[in-house]
Amino acid sequence: MTGIGAGLLLQLFLGALAVASALLAAPSLRSRAGGILCTLIAVTGFVTGLSALLGATGGLLIPIALPMDPLRLAPDRLGGLFMLIVSGVGILVSLYSMSSTRGPDASRTAWVAMPVFLVGMQLVPAATDSVSFLLAWEIMTLGSTVLLLADHASRATVASAGIWYSAMSQLSFFFILAGFAVLAAASGGTSFTNLQIEPGSWAANVAFVLFLLGFGGKAELVPLHVWVPRVLPEAPSHVSAAMSGAMVKIGVYGALLVCVRLLPDGPAWWGIAIMLVGGASALYGILQASVSSDLKVLLAYSTTENMGLVFLGLGASMLLRGYDATAAADAALVAALLLAVSHAAFKSTLFLGAGAIIHATGERNLDRLGGLGARMPVTAAAFGIASLGAAAIPITSGFVAEWMLLQSLIHGGRLDGAVVSVAASVAMPLAVAVIALTAGLALLTFVKAYGIAFLARPRSRAAADAREVPPVMQLSLALGALFVLALGLLPGPVAALVAHTISPNPTAAVQSVGLGGVSLPGIGAVLDPIMLVVLSALVAIPVVVSIIVSGRRHPHRTVDLPWGGGGSRARPRMQYTATSYAEPLVRVFDDVLKPSRDVQVTHVAESRYLVERVEVEQRVSDVFETRLYRPVLNLFQRYGIVVRHVANGSIHRYLSYSFAALLIVLIVVSL
Amino acid sequence: MNAALSAIIIAFVQVVLFVFLAPLLMGVIRQVRATIEGRAGAGIWQPWRDVRKLLAKNPVRAEGSSWMLRAGPVALMVSSLLLCVLLPLVGTIPFPSIPSDLFVIVSVMLIGVVALALVGLDGGTAFGGMGSSRHMTVAALVEPTLLLAVYALSIPAQTSTISAIVETRLFSPAVIISPVSVLALVALSIAIMAETARLPIDNPGTHLELTMLHEAMTLEASGRDLAWLEVGSWLKLAALLGLVSNLVVPWGVVTEFSALGLALGVVSITVKVLVLGVLLSVGEIFLAKVRLFQVPELLAGSFALAFLAVTASYLVV
Repeated sequence: MTGIGAGLLLQLFLGALAVASALLAAPSLRSRAGGILCTLIAVTGFVTGLSALLGATGGLLIPIALPMDPLRLAPDRLGGLFMLIVSGVGILVSLYSMSSTRGPDASRTAWVAMPVFLVGMQLVPAATDSVSFLLAWEIMTLGSTVLLLADHASRATVASAGIWYSAMSQLSFFFILAGFAVLAAASGGTSFTNLQIEPGSWAANVAFVLFLLGFGGKAELVPLHVWVPRVLPEAPSHVSAAMSGAMVKIGVYGALLVCVRLLPDGPAWWGIAIMLVGGASALYGILQASVSSDLKVLLAYSTTENMGLVFLGLGASMLLRGYDATAAADAALVAALLLAVSHAAFKSTLFLGAGAIIHATGERNLDRLGGLGARMPVTAAAFGIASLGAAAIPITSGFVAEWMLLQSLIHGGRLDGAVVSVAASVAMPLAVAVIALTAGLALLTFVKAYGIAFLARPRSRAAADAREVPPVMQLSLALGALFVLALGLLPGPVAALVAHTISPNPTAAVQSVGLGGVSLPGIGAVLDPIMLVVLSALVAIPVVVSIIVSGRRHPHRTVDLPWGGGGSRARPRMQYTATSYAEPLVRVFDDVLKPSRDVQVTHVAESRYLVERVEVEQRVSDVFETRLYRPVLNLFQRYGIVVRHVANGSIHRYLSYSFAALLIVLIVVSL
Repeated sequence: MNAALSAIIIAFVQVVLFVFLAPLLMGVIRQVRATIEGRAGAGIWQPWRDVRKLLAKNPVRAEGSSWMLRAGPVALMVSSLLLCVLLPLVGTIPFPSIPSDLFVIVSVMLIGVVALALVGLDGGTAFGGMGSSRHMTVAALVEPTLLLAVYALSIPAQTSTISAIVETRLFSPAVIISPVSVLALVALSIAIMAETARLPIDNPGTHLELTMLHEAMTLEASGRDLAWLEVGSWLKLAALLGLVSNLVVPWGVVTEFSALGLALGVVSITVKVLVLGVLLSVGEIFLAKVRLFQVPELLAGSFALAFLAVTASYLVV
């Protein structure tokens, strides 16, 4: 047996062990045992994925009783990369869950579901035929649904989130199943090597649309993202981290599997369609995130944004490859993959950080937080670094990925100085503009998230009494932040490795230069983050020295009332909140967000001109949910009420139905 | 002389020159405005005196404010100094492993934007938050214009390295007056006005709460914290004006290292930045600050210009 086969088998074994321990262990030991075993599963997956990414081959053959080929698990390099992403997030989440879970989150059911979810996510990228792919996909969905529903008994919103999640997951699954069915019918096989068909044929087009709907739903793309703002905030934080950091990437893997391996060289409209969906998701996601004041809703919508950018890169690479701009196409695809990797690092850290805040304060509404930086320094540092990653600020992972995407786009419009096509020369500037607006709004979003939660003064009792979380949770947060920084400081080796997964000639696309810098030889661009750090350190020396000198001579004073213009110290309630921070943006994008405002003015009894109090309520709802899904759901509901008369429970009526059916069958047969 | 060494010398000269030049530029801008408005003015050295005064004071910090109030101003200062290192101001000889890539430069500038916004929030007052919120909204809306203008400028040179762009303009001046370049430069200038909090987006001379953007964020800072915030912002303005002037009038910039060339480069960029500062100041006399909620319209207009510039360079040329 090969190393990869052994790794996969060990994972399955550890998974079974974790399920057994969850069922048998005493409640006091359950979380610790489960956490350790899940960490081991993730570490095994990490090693297996890494060796697959480095080019090791081999796999596992699982014979099944059904009259089909055996299930074949043998990840290629691309699969290895995604196993690596999933298990990296898995390590963070498992460590964290060891001490974060309590109450219903630490129930027997939840700890049975956790290893099932983790192993399921590992098996999807390892699958080499559609049957094992779909099976692993369903195991993953099942595990995550159970984990989400951990707390359904005490909170009604969790149950509603569970229904949305199940419905949308099954919709995704249906589309993927249909896509594979179309491909299998056209090609006559189920294994990925047999599934390839002519990309121009109608079957390929139908399959592409079905796959885009299916995988797009899992990857939280607009308009199939409606489950995200309900599910990710309601799930326990370590589960949201796993879902957003890892599970969503499986949707990306599916899209890559279709667009790069099964149906490469599709027509131009495939690339344009993916770019449109990706761009719309990026803009809509970040706009909703920037106006949200619920920390976890904000992070959930930001996931939609990031996945939108990944798909934008994928679409651009497909479009450019069609015009033979290979260097730019490869760079765009590597950028999309780097975005996926870096998103896994920073978003799981952010969700775990949000979990730490909830753990310490019980609040996830930013308007009631504040001043946590002094009270929870480790959480603040990790959350801050991950926020920089999400805002694509230099020396974090997010920056490198976005830089590479922009480079590939601005060099994609031309090939050897000639314009490649009208479509590309309109699509590329629009894509750059979308990325720029997205990046700008992401900056605002994460300045808001970090600044309101961790800086200034506490806005509630709960925030004022916050204490730092237990050491294991701190360790997991610190590890996540370390990933974000390491990927940002040493992007070269990572990018070179990632390039192997998609290009037959990887060194032409991406090379590692200097101390971990990255270079795109095909389009002539270089970035060396370590040099940037060295330069910053050099220019910072005189500033810091002068601060030390002047600090010794003129020490600072801390006062309660520095510049209280009116004379009395402004109360913490008077600070800007997350809602007020986003208010200018809500006004600017009023037409897109369509916020509902409710202003109630109570006048003083004696005079209409004097106001006793004013109440303002503003809600920003999801436009897609209210305008697209509600009407459809209402239609079904009405139809359901009508159909209820047909099946009203009367046995006579049912018998007459069977009789009528029998008659019809007999008539049809006799004709 | 080898390229790396000459790049280091030029970067060093640029930093020293701009640290000296930035307060002077502010002094000139304020003095010109005062003279035109019929006031005596404080003289062109006043910003220098202000900085010296601020550095010699004990900073006062509010209870409950965090390390951000200390680190933020330094981060802004470092980001502005990095701009002076990376932009081709005196010479166009880039560092080999970190060329003056425009996307990197924009991101370095954003570090300063973020630091300032966080300092504004950290004071724990309504003013700071208000300034921070408006500042970030404007920064977010400026970003598309900025990157598209950069994109348009990068097309003739076929690279996003700003040194190469300036050299292309120096060796084939016809590029400068092409419609694409003019559109891109106008868009870039509007974006820079917004980024550096000048009229018509922000009024640098006001302390009226309804109109403040930049000033509101620095209200809680004092002593050396305030000094770094001020000098950092001035440096950013000076460096960006230097960039625009080198894009419009690239002559005088050092492309081959020599002592005489360096001296000429220093003189030419000083003159260019100061002249542009005077023009800016005169221009601002005729402008009023637009309402905050009309700023997006202005920025949408500049975005349209930048977008036209990019598509025109593909479809028309």
